[in-house]
Amino acid sequence: MSVLRKRVTVVCGHYGTGKTNLSLNLALDAAEAGERVTLIDMDIVNPYFRSSDHAGELEAKGIRVIGPNFANSNLDTPSLPPMIGDAIAEDGRVIIDVGGDDAGATALGVYAKQVSGSAPEVIYVVNKYRSQTTTPEESVEILREIESAARIRATCIANNSHLKQQTTADTVLNSVPFAERVSELTGLPIIFHTVPVGVDILNRIPDYYRVRVLVKAPWEEAESDAEGHC
Amino acid sequence: MSEKVLMKGNEAIAEAAIAAGCRHFFGYPITPQTEVAAYMSKRMPKIGGVYLQAESEVASINMVLGAGAAGVRVMTSTSSPGISLMSEGISYIAGSDVPCLIVNVERGGPGLGGIQPSQSDYFQATRATGHGDFHMLVFAPSTVQETVDLISDAFDLGDKYRMPTMILSDGLLGQMMEPVVLPEPKEPTDDKEWSVRGHQGKRPHNVVNSLYIDPAVLEKLNFERFEKYEKIKETEQRAQEYLVDDADIILVAFGASSRIAHSAVDAARKQGIKAGLIRPITLWPFPEKAIEKHVGHAKAFLSVEMNMGQMVEDVRMIVARRKPVHFYGRTGGVVPTPKEVLQQIVKIDGGEL
Repeated sequence: MSVLRKRVTVVCGHYGTGKTNLSLNLALDAAEAGERVTLIDMDIVNPYFRSSDHAGELEAKGIRVIGPNFANSNLDTPSLPPMIGDAIAEDGRVIIDVGGDDAGATALGVYAKQVSGSAPEVIYVVNKYRSQTTTPEESVEILREIESAARIRATCIANNSHLKQQTTADTVLNSVPFAERVSELTGLPIIFHTVPVGVDILNRIPDYYRVRVLVKAPWEEAESDAEGHC
Repeated sequence: MSEKVLMKGNEAIAEAAIAAGCRHFFGYPITPQTEVAAYMSKRMPKIGGVYLQAESEVASINMVLGAGAAGVRVMTSTSSPGISLMSEGISYIAGSDVPCLIVNVERGGPGLGGIQPSQSDYFQATRATGHGDFHMLVFAPSTVQETVDLISDAFDLGDKYRMPTMILSDGLLGQMMEPVVLPEPKEPTDDKEWSVRGHQGKRPHNVVNSLYIDPAVLEKLNFERFEKYEKIKETEQRAQEYLVDDADIILVAFGASSRIAHSAVDAARKQGIKAGLIRPITLWPFPEKAIEKHVGHAKAFLSVEMNMGQMVEDVRMIVARRKPVHFYGRTGGVVPTPKEVLQQIVKIDGGEL
């Protein structure tokens, strides 16, 4: 069963909540389920660690990746290619990985009409452990800034609370009340809580979404690579 | 603030500086460092501090000189080309014996280069950040947590020795996210007896200056400053050793490349090759003692850097031809992989290099 309920899914949130890792998982899962998927990397703010970094592995799975014109280059020029508008309107599954905060969401604002017209799912990603959004109130404040810049309203919350490689079952379980409070304050439902592969929550959360950790530092990525050579 | 939070390296730099009592930030945005300034612009007004985006790096560093001369904890941050622009001001700061923190989140060069990570400002940081005879204390963290910890030390040691200090980071460490525990915040202090902030008729006039009319006076001052540097070389060297005691092949790497080297050492050990890693934490003073200690039993050294070979010169100077010293590096914003470094280790082990 796919967790994606709408054809177009927008993934937005504070910097570093894990939007890119979540977008990659959603895209890969949909593609593995046989769907035609387009992943739009709309992050014009972050210079490194972005969806476009994974274009090779995504394209190998048949996923179309559309990213900023100068993503992965040595140039810091925020410009988006013209095919984005069409890609949103076309048939097939679309996942949009939006840049962090209101600054990143401004790029989405340009496409507000097309996006709204597609009756999208707009996932607001929260992470209790992310500095500056460690209280539900701070998290809601940033959501409002994003909605205003993106000219679109969130439709649900994804609890992606994690501490990178130090994430344990307790890390996830202790974040549930935080996400529930954000949900209460905003009136938005929680679409799922994410649990990274390798972390066992003993089914103490009914609706969880298993995510692979795909966004990694070069030394983590290549560790398995280096070992493979032995 | 003792809860573990997830922070981007650049944000952690800013928050750690605030925790260390810094309330004055002057800077100019540049990728991949901009989050430091962006974070400061949000936080400083809330805590009664000063955030000022100057019209250029040249202006920022001179504002740092002014604030530092007034005795407050002050910092700036930039990326590689920005340091070049600041070099005149940094020399003035060193010549005026003013403490301040300068952060360089390095990117690829030379010239405008690019926004991807690099370590090609090692020479600039340790040899000649500006004109004249001077040094700065230079720290090279390798994790976001260590960045936080070293910022506090950098401010304290800068005050202790009355000199500028630098955190030499790189785009990778600045942009990556890691869990950190922030230290208990310190209150800002400005009670420096030498500072220029109005004597209220209660003490003699203080002067902070780097201009000396009489060459003999300037020479004497330089001699004194270098005596201080000798003392710092004796007491402030820092390095971390990993699996070096029985190592045949010793890697030397700092910052982000040390984490790659660390992975490569683990992989080499799995193949039965006795590899180890010395990670300089201070780049000036260079941790000569840590290297010297292992010259006897090591069969070879390998310096791994994100540049064309800069720190390797310091390693060679200490090893002094007693053992071969190899170099492996990538440059221009390309990050070496553990696999590439492992291949070098295997070649050295097999006598191919």
